[in-house]
Amino acid sequence: MVIEARHLNLTFPTDDGPVHALKDVDLIVEAGDFVSFIGPSGCGKTTLLRCIAALETPTGGSLTVRGMTADAARQARSYGYVFQAAGLYPWRTIAGNIRLPLEIMGYPKAEQAERVQAVLDLVELGQFGRKFPWQLSGGMQQRASIARALAFDAGILLMDEPFGALDEIVRDRLNEELLRLWQRTGKTIVFVTHSIPEAVYLSTKIVVMSPRPGRIAKVIESPLPRVRPLDIRDTPEFIRIAHEVRESLHEGGRHD
Amino acid sequence: MNRVLPVLTVLFAILVIWYGAAVILNRAWVLDQAARSGTEVGFGQMLHETMTQERPVLPAPHQVAKGLWDGIAGQKITSKRSLVWHAGVTLSATLAGFALGTAAGLLLAIGIVHNRAMDMSVMPWAIASQTIPILAIAPMVIVVLASLGIKGLLPKALIAAYLSFFPVLVGMVKGLRAPDGMQLDLLRTYSASQGQTLRMLRLPSSVPYLFASLKVGIAAALVGTIVAELPAGATAGLGARLLSGSYYGQTIQIWAALFAAAILAAVLVMLIGAAERATLKRMGFVR
Repeated sequence: MVIEARHLNLTFPTDDGPVHALKDVDLIVEAGDFVSFIGPSGCGKTTLLRCIAALETPTGGSLTVRGMTADAARQARSYGYVFQAAGLYPWRTIAGNIRLPLEIMGYPKAEQAERVQAVLDLVELGQFGRKFPWQLSGGMQQRASIARALAFDAGILLMDEPFGALDEIVRDRLNEELLRLWQRTGKTIVFVTHSIPEAVYLSTKIVVMSPRPGRIAKVIESPLPRVRPLDIRDTPEFIRIAHEVRESLHEGGRHD
Repeated sequence: MNRVLPVLTVLFAILVIWYGAAVILNRAWVLDQAARSGTEVGFGQMLHETMTQERPVLPAPHQVAKGLWDGIAGQKITSKRSLVWHAGVTLSATLAGFALGTAAGLLLAIGIVHNRAMDMSVMPWAIASQTIPILAIAPMVIVVLASLGIKGLLPKALIAAYLSFFPVLVGMVKGLRAPDGMQLDLLRTYSASQGQTLRMLRLPSSVPYLFASLKVGIAAALVGTIVAELPAGATAGLGARLLSGSYYGQTIQIWAALFAAAILAAVLVMLIGAAERATLKRMGFVR
């Protein structure tokens, strides 16, 4: 297994007493999985992702990524992280932005150029390497940020609502592309979203979370095949899973 | 055109007020002279004489313009009467001080952003340093350094640096902290070092703040240099020109030197502004 959390807890001290951001989270992600965290705001889905990335430190329980601590896994360049905003540097070209992690990690110059071109082609931005971010649409910028996360060949891709700020048409297309990219590369993807159709369409495993305290309400293994055309969303199977996710979200919220 | 008109209107208004003030302020001397020689002066005669005095209380604009023109174009630029030569002396110390001050402000800002102890301790001192009147401290610095055998450009540049480091420090502390949490988190996911974060994110992000600071800093450096030229009988530089003008009551010379300083400041700020526009456009901060 690639990611394993056992009784993971995270409490933040605040002026109004401690806030339980994560409570007794148990989670297993296998290699090649596409796992989505879904839930209302405050359910800890982003916090859990940030724990896996070692951007937050859990206050209890255990968490291993590729058999290491989260910190060691980050040092070993285990994952690429995609944020909600593309966050491209305006002073760098698209290629320059994708080269950023490679420069930091000290790849040789020739290999940098090779890798940049390879991931640009992978996200279908092959012709846009010399453009600047402002010359690209929001969807293209987000594709470039995915390419940046893929550039150094991490086996895991952590994505925090990467398409949340995009309109639905662009979002559909990027979802489709992301699935193809996942099938082609065999990466393990952990994906945070608050869209039920997005979670069901993309995932092999849907983790439904609920707030106060942030916890896992239900884990749904998707029976959908790995190859998914967009119109799979009209099949009874898809609708049944979406319904199950909605029910679980509802259940989780009932304790409020 | 609709940008030129308001500017010309304001300029015209200033000239009118200035001429009016020159007449009012210089009239006393004209009347006094007339009373001594026991002659009467008509209004037209009086108006003329308020604007042609050699040492007027307030020189009329055209007198200042003439003084400025004589100082700039009427002399060899190697002459001690040339404003260009004096401005050159002031400019060299200003630029040296500006470079020193900018470097100091930048280094302190980098220290403050990376070190908690410096964050807590440096800023109050920096602010305190600017509350000391420069006019009080400049002569002491000049005299102390002169007694150590250090004369010429360096003491003036130090005073200029003392004034110009502060805006750079304040601007760069803000600029280096400009990247948001997400941008910093991104570099953390790459396990980037502090040095890499500084070089690849913080410094480029701070460029717009740097230029805003540099504009204030260069003007401050010029003021610092001129103040440093005032004491200890300096013989070169716009400050020295101001001082000798005031010794001998040469008001036209004082005003010409003042305008030369103002023109110099405007040119320097404009040059930085041009560099700012070009750089920010190149870096994609403005479109």
